[in-house]
Amino acid sequence: MTLNRRDFMAGTAGLLTAACGAMIPGSALAIDKIKFGSILDTSGIFDAYGKPMDMAARLAIDEINEAGGLNGASIDVTAYDTQSNMALYTQFGQKLVRQDKVDVVHGGILSASREAIRQTMRKSKTLYFYNVLYEGGVCDRNIFITGVTPSQQVEVLVPHAIKKWGKKIYVLAADYNYGQITANWIKKYAADAGAEVIAVDFFPLDVADFGSTIAKIQTAKPDMIVSVLVGGAHLSFYRQWAAAGMNKKIPMASTTLGVGNEHKVLTADEGDGILVAYNYSPELKSPANTKFLQGWTKKFGDTSLIHEIAVSNYQGVHLWAEAVRRAGSTDRTKVTEALETGLSIKGPGGLVTIDPQTHHAILDVHVMEIKNQKMNVLESALQRPPLDTQSACDLKANPDDNTQYEIKA
Amino acid sequence: MQSQMIKSMVGPAFAAILIMCLLPVVLETYTLTLLVVYGMLGLSLGLIWGYGGILCFGQAAFFGLGAYSYAIAAINIGESTVPVFIGILVPAVVAFLLGAMMFYGRLADVYMGVITLVFTLILFRFMNSTAGPDFVIGKARLGGFNGIPGYQTLNVPGFPDEYIYGDALYYLAFSLLIVIYLLLRWFLKTSFGRTAIAIRENEERVELMGYDVRIRKTLLFSLGGGIAGLAGVLYANWAEIVTPGLFSLGQSAEIIIWCIVGGLGMLVGPIFGGMLIGLMKFLLGQQSMIDNTLILGLVLVLFVLFLPKGVVPTVSKWLPTGRTKSRKRRRKSQGRSRKSEA
Amino acid sequence: MDLAAVIFVETAYAIASLILVSMGLAVVFGMMRVINLAHGEFMMMGGYTTIVAVKAGINIYIAILIIAPFVVGIIGLVVERLVIRHLYGRLVDTMLATWGLSLFFVGIVTMIFGNTTTGISTPISGFQIGDYQINGYNFFIIVLVILLLIVMYALLKGTRLGLIARGTMQRSDIAAALGYDPERIYMLTFMAGSALSGLAGAVLAPLVGLVPTSGGAYIAKSFITVVAGGPSIITGLISSAASFGFINQVFTFGISPVVGEVALLVAAVILLRLMPQGITGRFFKGKL
Repeated sequence: MTLNRRDFMAGTAGLLTAACGAMIPGSALAIDKIKFGSILDTSGIFDAYGKPMDMAARLAIDEINEAGGLNGASIDVTAYDTQSNMALYTQFGQKLVRQDKVDVVHGGILSASREAIRQTMRKSKTLYFYNVLYEGGVCDRNIFITGVTPSQQVEVLVPHAIKKWGKKIYVLAADYNYGQITANWIKKYAADAGAEVIAVDFFPLDVADFGSTIAKIQTAKPDMIVSVLVGGAHLSFYRQWAAAGMNKKIPMASTTLGVGNEHKVLTADEGDGILVAYNYSPELKSPANTKFLQGWTKKFGDTSLIHEIAVSNYQGVHLWAEAVRRAGSTDRTKVTEALETGLSIKGPGGLVTIDPQTHHAILDVHVMEIKNQKMNVLESALQRPPLDTQSACDLKANPDDNTQYEIKA
Repeated sequence: MQSQMIKSMVGPAFAAILIMCLLPVVLETYTLTLLVVYGMLGLSLGLIWGYGGILCFGQAAFFGLGAYSYAIAAINIGESTVPVFIGILVPAVVAFLLGAMMFYGRLADVYMGVITLVFTLILFRFMNSTAGPDFVIGKARLGGFNGIPGYQTLNVPGFPDEYIYGDALYYLAFSLLIVIYLLLRWFLKTSFGRTAIAIRENEERVELMGYDVRIRKTLLFSLGGGIAGLAGVLYANWAEIVTPGLFSLGQSAEIIIWCIVGGLGMLVGPIFGGMLIGLMKFLLGQQSMIDNTLILGLVLVLFVLFLPKGVVPTVSKWLPTGRTKSRKRRRKSQGRSRKSEA
Repeated sequence: MDLAAVIFVETAYAIASLILVSMGLAVVFGMMRVINLAHGEFMMMGGYTTIVAVKAGINIYIAILIIAPFVVGIIGLVVERLVIRHLYGRLVDTMLATWGLSLFFVGIVTMIFGNTTTGISTPISGFQIGDYQINGYNFFIIVLVILLLIVMYALLKGTRLGLIARGTMQRSDIAAALGYDPERIYMLTFMAGSALSGLAGAVLAPLVGLVPTSGGAYIAKSFITVVAGGPSIITGLISSAASFGFINQVFTFGISPVVGEVALLVAAVILLRLMPQGITGRFFKGKL
């Protein structure tokens, strides 16, 4: 039975592949165009992350095209909306590499969405950029990751907060990989600074009622809270915290608030005083950022939509473009080698350098205080390497590695 | 009787094989495979709802269970044959237990809907909170919100390195769908199948005739769970990652929508509904003019208002050859609306 | 001791908020046997209405208690006239249509307001119980819910309109035969239910991070509460919300919020297994 079906399948498969091959319209029309694939959730529950990312990528491409393209060829964008649906990542990922035959793919937001397409990109030898703040540890020579990882944030944020507020830390974290790993890094850097994490509470992403937690925190009497809460439901925590008047009593730092512009959902009164650490703030004063903000205003108008990972995406596109210029081609091997020279660009968030060992980014991390729905920079730590991923991943020694390491702090 | 039965299946079987072979001309097989999976999932609910009158809000639970069981078993075993069977068996057994609990407790109507919904939510919550290192089954980490990637995908039985993927997976999935479809056609003609339909039409009467309604409904429910599980197994092999989103409320509601869009009380309807909506989402994702959620919502509303019986019955009514059949179906869908008044 | 008081208030709040988020659905489902899957989106729109009204300088209480229910009630009326009225007696089709509507509303609100909208703060400041700070707005919600229940009871029990509504609920054919147009009553009921959903969303707006997709978080919980309550609208709602809210808080304080949520769900399964017609299908029969 199985054998029969197999034979039959093999037969029909061959036949139909031949038939299809003849039917697919010629895709070699645009030779002088570089094909850029983008795959993001621009509708559905993750659209607050995806929409600005999509806009940032389009802005970057426009800038490159206006400056004459790459090596004389202009860039053509093929963008898909995955509607916050994992199955569509697989579908569009396949479509990008098989039908559209793009030269590079940028995209993916959740870690699960990255994992849904990463192997497809690897198998089809399509260069892939994942430009999002994430839990770290991906080790694969076909992918470049330009977002911040937990150690980069925590290493800067936690010591700063301890110096400011004291040594008893209460951690609230989203119950998934990013939250778990970040909580471990917080423990490590707190211990290094002579402080102590007195409790860690994990919350699934759909918990929206924090009354009991707020009571529990008051029983524990910490000097500060570090929040690793993620997503729309968890925003309720900040609001209920303020409604109980606690924001005036116990200070808070966060590694996540603001990544998707969450601090703009909070009122100024609720958000003021919270410390965060990211690669980007619209308040940064640098020529690159001024240029970026001007470009955004010209193309889209409203700059209030810009957030951390939109800028990561923008920087990711420019890093790739710079590598294509250096390599003189869009060939995957050549571009990868160009990036592995430790290539860097000046982005809105500061200098971004590719770390050849991990294919992650070495970035500036700024400690910022939320004030009046803005992120004001207090301290900048320049060129922080991705220590977490470096501890497990060495693509120079091990170029065929294809794992996501879970990094123990 | 038997030979007549076989004869009546030859036509549909040929038509189905023809469709299977022609579809790849229009669409790429990686999209088609998913559509076939959706079709099978739609069919699983179409069976228990359209023929057994059991409105299950939690068909996604069996779909997800199938996918997860397969993934976990595949990581532990490394060869795909046994995991496939585990992926069918686990949801079937769970459906049997859940069904027994409901039907022996005489739960009906929306109360049953709530139980199945809650069951799905519990699984969803549970799977979402398994990110920690303690949640391990054998060698497999459950992974929480991020799901489980990187398991052994389908291989030729006995040859772990001979993967069935791409085009081959599509033909395999479609063939399985055809086989299930034909088996179900046969099943509905058996006395068990006929009793199931009778139960949908009037449960009390069937019971008074001396049939044990509870075990029949439980078995039918379990069968639906097993088919949903197989769809889950195929999905896991297609996507190469399983995430808790498979158990979500949205996924469950969508399966119900497929059944209504395609047409209830027939086997082809839900299959077609699942494929149609899946295709629509895929096509919508390629535009960025208007918010896709909005379009999908609008389409659904218009659907209910203007095509209340579903696509397949409406279309077959327009086709001249379908006239006699459509009368039969109209009666069935009236049965459905009568039921829903209860 | 202080902690006990805090736990007591939090439990009362949990029950009150369950009643609040389920009320609109309970009215529509209890009276019309229509499952409104866009219930969560009606709440979300109530929240947005409040935010817009407050930012336009309107007093927050007026925005919450009057403007939001009014606006969402009107939206409900339009929806009923355009869609729902064609689908009476077709439970499943209404579910599909309201599911479609819920997606549609999410899309519309996203297009109008974008993904991030600044919320509004609570009008009542934190409250001190011994060593503990507690959310003062909780008391507002508890009192409001009690008042709403009393008004609803009085309306259904004491007025002629309530009598007609109850009659239609039990036997719409007889009510029609007596000259009361069921369609008109359904229309008003749906509108009232929508207004209640809008009110719930408005009341919660200062406490939650409101985004266009927020509605989805409420639908399952309120659906479970309403159905587990059984045929009587008010008694059913109170009894199921009290059981679920209590169980949820016991486990939340005792173990963690995750276990609290799961305990609520498990309780629902057990409860329905024991009482297949909901709580008021077994106890308090014939009560409102």
